Amino acid sequence: MNVKDLKVVNHSVEKVDAMALALGKSLYVADLKPEDCLHVKMLWSPHAHARIKSIDVSKAEKMKGVHAVLWHGNVPRVAHCTAGQGYPEPSPYDTFMFDTKVRYVGDRVAAVCAETREIAQAAVEAIKVEYEVLEPVLSIWDALKPGAPVIHDEPDCSIPIPVPYEPEKNVVARLEMTVGDVEQAFKDSDFVFDEEYETQYAQHCPMETYVCSAQIDARNRIVITTSTQVPFHCRRIVAQTLQIPEKQIRVIKPRIGGGFGSKQEILLEDVVAMFALRTQKPVFFEFTRQENFLTGRTRHPIHFKMKGGVKKDGTITGYSMIATSNTGAYGGHGLTVIGCCGSKVLPLYHIDNLYFKGTVCYTNLPVGGAYRGFGATQAFFGFESQIDMMAEAIGMDPLEFRMKNHIQLGETSPVFSALGEGKEGVPMDISSCALDECIRQGAEEIGWKNRKPHTEKTGRYRRGMGMCCLMQGSSVPEIDMGAASIKMNDDGSFNLLIGATDLGTGSDTVLGQIAAEAIGTTIDKMIVYSSDTDMTPFDVGAYASSTTYLSGEASRKAGAKVNRQILAVAAEMLDKKPEDLVAANSVVTAKDGSAKVTFAEIAKYSLYQKNQFQIMDTASHITHKSPPPFAAHFVEIEVDTWTGKIRVIKYVATVDCGTAINPKLAEGQTEGGLMNGISYALTEEYLFNDKGRMINSTLQRYHLFSMRDKPEVKAILVPSWETTGPYGAKSVSEICINGAGPGINNALYNACGIRLHTMPFTPEKVWKALQEKEKKA
Amino acid sequence: MREPKHTISLTINGQKKKFKVNAEEKLLDVLRREGYKSVKFGCGEATCGSCTVIMDGKAVYSCILFAFQADGHDIWTVEGIGTFDKPHPLQRALVDEGAVQCGFCIPGMIMSAKAMMDANPKPEEEEFREKMDGNLCRCTGYEKIWVAIQKVIGGAK
Repeated sequence: MNVKDLKVVNHSVEKVDAMALALGKSLYVADLKPEDCLHVKMLWSPHAHARIKSIDVSKAEKMKGVHAVLWHGNVPRVAHCTAGQGYPEPSPYDTFMFDTKVRYVGDRVAAVCAETREIAQAAVEAIKVEYEVLEPVLSIWDALKPGAPVIHDEPDCSIPIPVPYEPEKNVVARLEMTVGDVEQAFKDSDFVFDEEYETQYAQHCPMETYVCSAQIDARNRIVITTSTQVPFHCRRIVAQTLQIPEKQIRVIKPRIGGGFGSKQEILLEDVVAMFALRTQKPVFFEFTRQENFLTGRTRHPIHFKMKGGVKKDGTITGYSMIATSNTGAYGGHGLTVIGCCGSKVLPLYHIDNLYFKGTVCYTNLPVGGAYRGFGATQAFFGFESQIDMMAEAIGMDPLEFRMKNHIQLGETSPVFSALGEGKEGVPMDISSCALDECIRQGAEEIGWKNRKPHTEKTGRYRRGMGMCCLMQGSSVPEIDMGAASIKMNDDGSFNLLIGATDLGTGSDTVLGQIAAEAIGTTIDKMIVYSSDTDMTPFDVGAYASSTTYLSGEASRKAGAKVNRQILAVAAEMLDKKPEDLVAANSVVTAKDGSAKVTFAEIAKYSLYQKNQFQIMDTASHITHKSPPPFAAHFVEIEVDTWTGKIRVIKYVATVDCGTAINPKLAEGQTEGGLMNGISYALTEEYLFNDKGRMINSTLQRYHLFSMRDKPEVKAILVPSWETTGPYGAKSVSEICINGAGPGINNALYNACGIRLHTMPFTPEKVWKALQEKEKKA
Repeated sequence: MREPKHTISLTINGQKKKFKVNAEEKLLDVLRREGYKSVKFGCGEATCGSCTVIMDGKAVYSCILFAFQADGHDIWTVEGIGTFDKPHPLQRALVDEGAVQCGFCIPGMIMSAKAMMDANPKPEEEEFREKMDGNLCRCTGYEKIWVAIQKVIGGAK
């Protein structure tokens, strides 16, 4: 198939929900809040590490307007994992609805459900808790010390898959991979770089905080309406924690205000559902922004020891990456994020000798989770900084060095089979790659040929240009599944029902386009409904860069099946053979042009006239590989050497996402991700006091980039054809966040000859590094 | 909720309305209670701009205004400026440019842009950046929002 033959796919059709959202329609969880609902407030732990000696909720329970109080004494104790992942999860069951111990500032202690937020808050303040404050563990190094306080000393925590789990040592997971002999490789190298890098705590900060409501329906079931990326995992985990069957629960995801990985967690739904069950009343819980920071999920901070060797001819001889991750108080996504540090990064270049070691530790700090980029973001910072250093050491243009070394079409990497999701990986070869073209187009757009070495730059303000290459994956092979079903209506329109979860990404539109293409209709005939556990088929949800590639292929397959049914009915109506017919633009035509019939006529015939049946079908899809999208990012910055402030002047992000199903939306993913990446690289970080409490838990003090900070941005889609994806597509949404860290770091070197080893690149750090450089000189 | 004690009168989207409010209630909460759900809660600390409405021609954060401060004033929300059949040019442009991802920030973004354009139909880039600085978006990187609003302004860089 040729991309030029596509009629709906690869066209920037209007996003199906865009106008309703721009008109301000009531479509989000808080807009759909049930009338007269009860409100929840939570009592959060003020201590990083403490045992609850006693709780007295009697005063709170007696307050007028309070309907229920939950605490560890009156809920089932079920060890579970809040991360919405496949089943059984590759994460420890180390969380309880309420526990006798608190493990970070912001951990749950008790919850109140009352007639107003104010009453609920007053009741929370009336709960008396006596804590035995324990020594907090506030760094990975403290966590790993022999004799360190044990954060998960409860006997009932465990991991449901056969991997190492050593809570008694504060270790959530360990991973190791050896390919060839790195030590020998380093000996054979002309240059060896051995450095440490560290990334910081950061948060997704969707504009909509975590929010959820629950009510009891006419069949005494709990209907949860929630801002989630994983409605089906949500149903399963709520059933598990409440100890009730899945059939008693319906989860609906309406429009949601962004996720970026943060809402791949079950953080409110268990408590809200429990309150609905106990009170038999509708219940609503919306996080404040501060709660979102303190108790919501974060990007795992990771420390890296990275060592790489290079020969003068440009061969990368060996690479060793030792990653130590801080998963905070609970272990969700700990193993999988650290795995992706290796599996989504090391295959990018030809390296015969590799070593990867990952250790994931508990600490008494906020909890790590899924965040767009998922480990690759953290690892690419140091890795692509070092690749630049290698190029410089051998006197090769960083572009040429990368072009010489990067993985090509038809090649494989030993990393693919070595590192998987809690088990061995899946071997694969690269079935699409346009990285060379990405590099060429990006270099052209930024003006790479005008780049001068830092030694030629003087003065207060110095400009620099940097670049980096990136990869990610598309879906989790042999594990994740997505399904779609399609039904034809009287007028030739179609209901597309998908479990896939649109968090604002536009997946309802993209999957609608794919199905429309396969059926032979247009996007305006597609009525897309997604993410409702009662109504739509299963899908793992929005994560692992899977929706377009995985759920997209399910939609294509379902569309193709419906197309065959339509052609069969048309053949009966026209007295032709189905193979002599073709469907396009909602009309079936004989290939010889002798006859035609519209979809509306076919629908009416099949529903009302003869041999009646419902034209509809369903399809599921799992993938056997996780084809990487590729990207080359280029950035030009200006450094104020007096203050250390970095200003991004221009950012160019090229991406090979296969076929862009909707080019405008794919660009939007890229632009949004890269800006989030810039903000993460330059300003965003959690700051803590010596008791482990975050001290900048407001948007004002955390500082996201705004319109004022926006540099000139250019997203360039470089097409390839991924043979295993729907109409040649692979993923686009995660890869774009990985480039700003290394890209800006490399530009910083090009501007003034310094490289940083920790993010974010605050003026203080830049200024200090400049001072040190001057001292040395 | 406690039975509201006070009555405020205001003009909202061109219609005169009376709302019962408590002294400590924020304008955001009252507007949402009265059905103006386009006005979003994002931070409650006057930073994200999801709650932006136009009061007497100026873009304001409704999350930090007390409801009684709107007494006697003229308020506009996104509900008042466009419909499916006749969207406001800003709404049309944002949709056309693919600037609406999750959409949560969009109503506030539109109100800030509208207030800016009503005051000065051809703002220069510096004014544009300043007036749009109070609305955060985490999905789009601002690029397509920028392009869409510039398209409506026309001519400006």
